[in-house]
Amino acid sequence: MIRSHPWLVAYKAIVTKEILRFARIWVQTVLPPVVTTTLYFVIFGKLIGERIGDMDGFRYIDFIVPGLILMAVITNSYANVVSSFYSSKFQRHIEELIVAPVPNWVILAGYVSGGVARGLAVGCAVTIVSLIFSDLRIHSYALTLAVVLLTSILFALGGFINAIYARTFDDISIVPTFILTPLTYLGGVFYSIEMLPEFWQQASLANPLLYMINAFRHALLGVSDISPLVALLIISSFTLTLAVISLHLLAQGHGIKS
Amino acid sequence: MSALALKNLTKTYRNGHVALRGIDLEVAEGDFFALLGPNGAGKSTAIGIIASLVNKSAGSVAVFGRDLDRDPNGVKVNIGLVPQEFNFNQFEPVEEILVNQAGFHGIPRRQAFVEAEKWLRQLELWDKRRGMARELSGGMKRRLMIARALIHRPRLLILDEPTAGVDIEIRRAMWKFLSDINRQGVTIILTTHYLEEAESLCRNIAIINHGRIVEHGGMAQLLRKLHKEHLVLNLAEAPARPPQLKGFTVIAANDASLEVEITQDCNLHDLFRQLEAQGLRVIGVRNKQNRLERIMLDMADQRKEAS
Repeated sequence: MIRSHPWLVAYKAIVTKEILRFARIWVQTVLPPVVTTTLYFVIFGKLIGERIGDMDGFRYIDFIVPGLILMAVITNSYANVVSSFYSSKFQRHIEELIVAPVPNWVILAGYVSGGVARGLAVGCAVTIVSLIFSDLRIHSYALTLAVVLLTSILFALGGFINAIYARTFDDISIVPTFILTPLTYLGGVFYSIEMLPEFWQQASLANPLLYMINAFRHALLGVSDISPLVALLIISSFTLTLAVISLHLLAQGHGIKS
Repeated sequence: MSALALKNLTKTYRNGHVALRGIDLEVAEGDFFALLGPNGAGKSTAIGIIASLVNKSAGSVAVFGRDLDRDPNGVKVNIGLVPQEFNFNQFEPVEEILVNQAGFHGIPRRQAFVEAEKWLRQLELWDKRRGMARELSGGMKRRLMIARALIHRPRLLILDEPTAGVDIEIRRAMWKFLSDINRQGVTIILTTHYLEEAESLCRNIAIINHGRIVEHGGMAQLLRKLHKEHLVLNLAEAPARPPQLKGFTVIAANDASLEVEITQDCNLHDLFRQLEAQGLRVIGVRNKQNRLERIMLDMADQRKEAS
């Protein structure tokens, strides 16, 4: 029998632990975003959307579906890692990992994969719900997979860094509430930036969420305000930067070692 | 080969507090070693550094010849840690905590369940395996942490006050369990505030205070340093007046008990003979204070005088 490398076993153990964690409390982790997004579909898509008419050649509900799916992926990838890693610091069971022969990159990969797993689980659930309300088609499978995975990894890394710096439970909700949510709403989930005045169009380009949402919209609908290649490059560079920062913080033992 | 070798281990925290001031310590393979000292002496910091939970400021740590700086994973595979505070996920099932820990040590999940069953049965937690960790009693939580520390079969087990807050029955069962583990070849380092625990379990001892090792050697050797002991004698009847005992000092005489100070060169037979001659019959004897406790208190007194 081929024996797996201990690091691979450790990685699987962290991922399994993370998946079981959010699955055990699915009523708190998976169900709420599905309910919230369903309300978006009903209110913005059906009730208000029918009065808005078409956008970029698509029914309004079809136009907002990619953004809503990606928004669910982003918030859940982030929330999973930030809450799980912070609570492991708070309850001190992060020490279980520190005393074990697990390299920092395996710890990071394990937590990020857990965040991606929740992001994808919620993303899939929201996508299934969206099929009830919209005529969802996929323009490019490869781009869909690339954008959703990279974005999920990026925000899982963001959640990880937030958790490392967090000292109280308040600290883990500040970034999602005051930064992530506004940037997501202003990132073109509900509108095309072409509708904005010139100044705000340019200002919107400074919002990294805009690139992700538009790349995903391009992957599903084939229309976008931004070139998908540029978007992928930007998402990849952010992901790489956050991964390097996370590994550096782990190596220093920032927030987890005295 | 030493199970543990610390050389000039120093730790200064960011707030400027110096927890360790260059300690040297060696623990032999197979030893049952006590690391004692008052609160804030530096025991937990030393343990934290050995287990990679605390970054050292200077010095070196080697576990079974593996250097912590050069081969941290080589050190970690050999160590099992039972910390002072509960540090497991309270919202996870008991069995899962062990299986996860085994996984972190590279033990595949299927084999991890087998190992978990073995330790849960040995530590009488098998019936609780499906329950959440938070539902366990204090003693059970301590045993869970011991099982978790042993799941990867470490050669060095470090226990930081493992019996704190545990009732005497469970404490004695844990002593027996730890003695058995030690007999099987696992080196054990124990910190405890129950000094009778250290005295009855450990063969060697180091006492740490203000970040320095102030005593290091064999337990018997250290206890021999104790010149005086106080014995409490229970008498069949209360004496009419305090007895006169030649060569002994009577500290207190209350009702039917007598507290007598004896030195190392005293003859107990002589004490009982003198009491019998005065019509006093002894029906019970006990040490007023644990011997190790006496040493610790003497050391504290000496330090106070010196300062």
